[in-house]
Amino acid sequence: MIWSISWKNIWRNKLRSLIVVIAITLGLLAGVFSSALMNGIIERRIRAAIENEVSHIQIHNKNFMENIEIGYNINNANEILDKLASFPEVKHVSKRMKITAMANTPSQGTGVNLIGVYPEKEKQVSSLYKYINDSSGTYFDAKKKNSIVVSQKFADKLNLNLRSKVVLTFVGTDGTLTGAAFKVVGIFKTSNSAFDEMNAFVRFDDLARLTNFDTSSAHEIAILLNDKNQTNEVAAKIASAFPQQSTMTWLELQPDLGMIAEFLNLWLYVFVIIILLALGFGIVNTMLMAVLERVKELGMLMAVGMNKKRVFSMIMLETIFLTLTGGALGMLVGAVVVYVTGETGIDFSAYAEGFSAIGYESIVYPTIGIDYYLGVTSLVIITGVFASIYPARKALKLNPSEAIRTEM
Amino acid sequence: MKVIEIKNLHKIYDESTVPVHAVNGIDLSYEEGEFAAIVGPSGSGKTTMLNMLGGLDSPTKGEITINNIKISDMKPSQLIDFRLNNIGFVFQAYNLIPVLTAKENVEFIMQLQKWPKEERAKRALELMKAVGLEGRENSRPGKLSGGQQQRVAVARALASKPKFILADEPTANLDSKSTETLLDIMEKLNKEENITFIFSTHDARVVKKARRVITVEDGKVISDENK
Ligand SMILES: Nc1ncnc2c1ncn2[C@@H]1O[C@H](COP(=O)(O)OP(=O)(O)OP(=O)(O)O)[C@@H](O)[C@H]1O
Ligand SMILES: [Mg+2]
Repeated sequence: MIWSISWKNIWRNKLRSLIVVIAITLGLLAGVFSSALMNGIIERRIRAAIENEVSHIQIHNKNFMENIEIGYNINNANEILDKLASFPEVKHVSKRMKITAMANTPSQGTGVNLIGVYPEKEKQVSSLYKYINDSSGTYFDAKKKNSIVVSQKFADKLNLNLRSKVVLTFVGTDGTLTGAAFKVVGIFKTSNSAFDEMNAFVRFDDLARLTNFDTSSAHEIAILLNDKNQTNEVAAKIASAFPQQSTMTWLELQPDLGMIAEFLNLWLYVFVIIILLALGFGIVNTMLMAVLERVKELGMLMAVGMNKKRVFSMIMLETIFLTLTGGALGMLVGAVVVYVTGETGIDFSAYAEGFSAIGYESIVYPTIGIDYYLGVTSLVIITGVFASIYPARKALKLNPSEAIRTEM
Repeated sequence: MKVIEIKNLHKIYDESTVPVHAVNGIDLSYEEGEFAAIVGPSGSGKTTMLNMLGGLDSPTKGEITINNIKISDMKPSQLIDFRLNNIGFVFQAYNLIPVLTAKENVEFIMQLQKWPKEERAKRALELMKAVGLEGRENSRPGKLSGGQQQRVAVARALASKPKFILADEPTANLDSKSTETLLDIMEKLNKEENITFIFSTHDARVVKKARRVITVEDGKVISDENK
């Protein structure tokens, strides 16, 4: 009964309640949508980082991460690869050489991370090859010796075109300088220009031959899993299987991404809490009006025997129903908008240069997890409860005999 | 049998600033089955007295006993339950919950008393019939005339099976035709069901129907006539 009275009471002043409901709806829509937008940007960035740059897990020689030297290699790399193949969670693996080199053309010179790969294996682990478009060559399709795939950024810096030659100089395993001319066979461009600028790719065998590197060994083993959520447990398994090596997850390899994701998660809630706080004051105000204009009626109800608990519950339920109506509507509209824009994407290419300079894509796909919706729903309920306390207490303070006498 | 006994009742408002002696030493008692009016000029203390009788206000001094239970020193929370189970109220206006239908308004009291659903609905229909509103059960108060609303209020007041019904100027907002209908219904309930009614009024036609008329002035009873 009290439930139904409360619900009906909300609609006594339709316009006023509707305004509150719309305010809550819009507030939550704004909150949910912008949260999904920010989350979408970060998720894409993390996905791009995993797909193009770090994979889920990497194995190195323990000294390698501190000091990229050709001698800090994983000498039983092939053995490890074989064993990893028997892990059911592991989807693909690829081993790499990784050395620093000087790249020179007749006019320019620059340093670069030279990554030696087995193209077929590498394509299974890294999506980088997808960032070479039809007019900018291929990812080592032709079986020519001393081919190099570079980024657009790198090519621009050194005035390189497809089929241009660049001379690479690096230190061999014996400590002497060595090098060769490489021919550009592919030019890629990812959304992360800092990554692009630093890295260039050659065949593992070419690099091993030039440096006298043992081909059964490697500097880096990149591992792609079937499920990103298993990263930590699989990493632990790998670490205990190969204790002489260093095993790192994408989060350890790119700690900034983890920090951003964590900070974002916190921020998204802070954001919604601020919105709800503002809405909460509006709700309190509305309910206070609703109580004050019903003083006589509330007095009558107390006079005829409605006790304090029931009066309090009635006003409290009214506030919560009002809040939840707006809340449910806001979440629904928010979810629909997030879903639709999440499918179509929102094009920020007008600002894309700024985005890609820090590694972000220009088309944003808003997305947010179900746990966020659940979290916000709880916050909405909490807001309703808190907003109801003051008006409900106001109603309790009424003295029935005076309330009935009140002139209105 | 005595339903109400009042001894040396006083009510002083604003004691600290400018005290108003609204009720100034009243001794009275009511028997079961009375149909009694309280009259007196505006400000004479009728409402104040009725509020204390109904347990809506506490006396500054004196004693009120209802069915041998002393209510004058009950706590407000005890009084709420006492009112619910012992006293029916009809006010001048704002008697009904606007979002409920007439029948739901009558049922409301029984619901507070936790009656089973079927009994509640049955009694509400009987009471609607008793106040001559058969067929208007599902109308909301806003769709009823002032007189009809007051009749629903009487039905609501009866619903809890109270010891007596207090009505503070129940006809003040009604035209003469509605006043007469309401009074007839109250009188019939009094005669046939032995319901005790205590009401205040300014209306001479209402006073005429009363079997006992208590006149108050300046918070004191100046006459108490039985007809
Ligand atoms: N809450 C209050 N605070 C202070 N004085 C009050 C209060 N309620 C009533 N009074 C005063 O007490 C006196 C009695 O008032 P009461 O309302 O009981 O009179 P009444 O006989 O019911 O009058 P009416 O016929 O106009 O309804 C009046 O002087 C009134 O101003
Ligand atoms: Mg009065």
